[in-house]
Amino acid sequence: MEKRVFFKGWLLPLLLIAPQILVSAVFFFYPAGQAVWQSLFIPDPFGLSMQYVGLGNFKYLLSDPYYRASFFTTGLFSILVTLVSMIPALFLAIVADRLIKGAGTYRTMLIWPYAVAPAIAGVLWLFMFNTRVGVVSWYLGNLGYDWNHVLNGSEAMGLVVVSSAWGRISYNFLFFFAALQSVPKSIIEAAAIDGARFWRRFWTIVLPLLSPTTFFLLVVNVVYAFFETFGVIHTITSGGPQQSTTILVYKVFADGFVGQDLGSSAAQSVILLVVVGALTVFQFKYIERRVHY
Amino acid sequence: MTLPTSKPQKNPVAGMVEKRGLGIWLSHAIMVLGVLIVFFPIWLAFVASTVTQPEIVSPPMPLLPGDQFFINYKKALLAGVNVPVGTMLTNSLVMAIGIAVGKIIISLLSAFAIVYFRFPGKKIFFWLIFITLMLPVEVRIVPTYEIIAGFGMLNSYGGLIFPLIASATATFLFRQFFMTVPDELAEAARVDGAKPLRFFWDILIPMSRTNIAALFVILFIYGWNQYLWPLLITTDPEMNTIVMGIKQMFPSGDDVADWPVIMATSILAMIPPVIVVISMQKLFIRGLVDSEK
Repeated sequence: MEKRVFFKGWLLPLLLIAPQILVSAVFFFYPAGQAVWQSLFIPDPFGLSMQYVGLGNFKYLLSDPYYRASFFTTGLFSILVTLVSMIPALFLAIVADRLIKGAGTYRTMLIWPYAVAPAIAGVLWLFMFNTRVGVVSWYLGNLGYDWNHVLNGSEAMGLVVVSSAWGRISYNFLFFFAALQSVPKSIIEAAAIDGARFWRRFWTIVLPLLSPTTFFLLVVNVVYAFFETFGVIHTITSGGPQQSTTILVYKVFADGFVGQDLGSSAAQSVILLVVVGALTVFQFKYIERRVHY
Repeated sequence: MTLPTSKPQKNPVAGMVEKRGLGIWLSHAIMVLGVLIVFFPIWLAFVASTVTQPEIVSPPMPLLPGDQFFINYKKALLAGVNVPVGTMLTNSLVMAIGIAVGKIIISLLSAFAIVYFRFPGKKIFFWLIFITLMLPVEVRIVPTYEIIAGFGMLNSYGGLIFPLIASATATFLFRQFFMTVPDELAEAARVDGAKPLRFFWDILIPMSRTNIAALFVILFIYGWNQYLWPLLITTDPEMNTIVMGIKQMFPSGDDVADWPVIMATSILAMIPPVIVVISMQKLFIRGLVDSEK
């Protein structure tokens, strides 16, 4: 798509686009290039010189059981976050869509958690499940369940998943609700007249019409779980216990800033760049298709 | 997953059209329950911010607000733990507004250049901007940190704002919108001898007002909720933003956290984005749906 009308001149547009290009060059391309460059070196123990190791950092990473475990953790984490945030959201959206009055009010109430930063969400959930003062962990204890996410890896994973998914329920709800509202009522009514009951109408009409939204949300939520949940993990578990909640982004931070292992951290950044690149291309391809629907 | 099936209705069409009876009450009950569950963490944080420390550390803590509201919030705002929360709020506000306004300005300019001009390298610049989509700050943290350190921008507003300011999303959004602006307007402006910038300022900007506002809501929340970046570059507590500062309020050793003050801070940290989202709900939803498309 192109405009038919253009203004003349080439200096002005270059000046107009310059700020964005400048910022991108300094804070996006140069650092990304640096990451690629640094990933080929290891600093000597005194930090005085860099030794070229080629793909050594990558080879080391891929054979490192901790890094492979982190890949697995990230996969599990993003699948769980996506499911835990999408299923309740879809369920609530379906219920809200049946209401004529009040749906707007419920929507307003449900938007709240979206505005809460992941790190703050982490603090709120940490408070509820705190092993010493947490209300929920206290009641669980009364029921005979000894909650301790500080020592138990699966409980830690469960807690970071729920905390990360919580705010996304709002987000997914908004999209599902909007999609449901745009399902043509005439189709539903026609099916109803033909005797199709709620379930049948849902499976054969509503769900297929929701599939573009569902697929879009799947991708967006996976991206969220990969890259935007750092705050939750940092506030609740700091990647522990025994690295059971160390997702890839957290590991870049832990190795680069806490461990000061720059070569490895840079190599991890490069691997993440590839992952984001793939996800973005995937998302864009899909969105291109969505436009043609 | 169970679906909200209403009582089997003898006449499904009447059920569809009028939506009444037991099913509707059940739907309302489910929505209220859903809202209560989603809201519970926020409610608990609010309650914790209105009671005394002893009430929290001897679980279970009360589930209804106490009478310490003013004491706890005053303590948080004026004293805090490391630094007064008032200072952190100011920092967050500067950062969030800086990022939102900065992104909007540079995106408007570059979108204008891309849509309304033909100039050498246009395609390349367009792709350069597009690629920045693939470079979230999380994957380039170490090199970006080094650049900011090199500029001497650690612990400064510039360091907080600039690396997050380039946004392909906003540029694409404005580009899309400019494409829908009728060509006749630009044609008329050109015939009248209006300079491109005059057209931009007098016609395009006023027409984009709604888009700008919608985008502002999204970007404000994006900036406000940043965690990893402020965590890296603000070592001076005076420059902490509120979202990352909360984690710093937890004691590192075995000391007991000052829960009422921490929870009051959590509430304060979520108030500005929540107000923005709720008060500009329509714009917000529109911005969300647009920017993700």
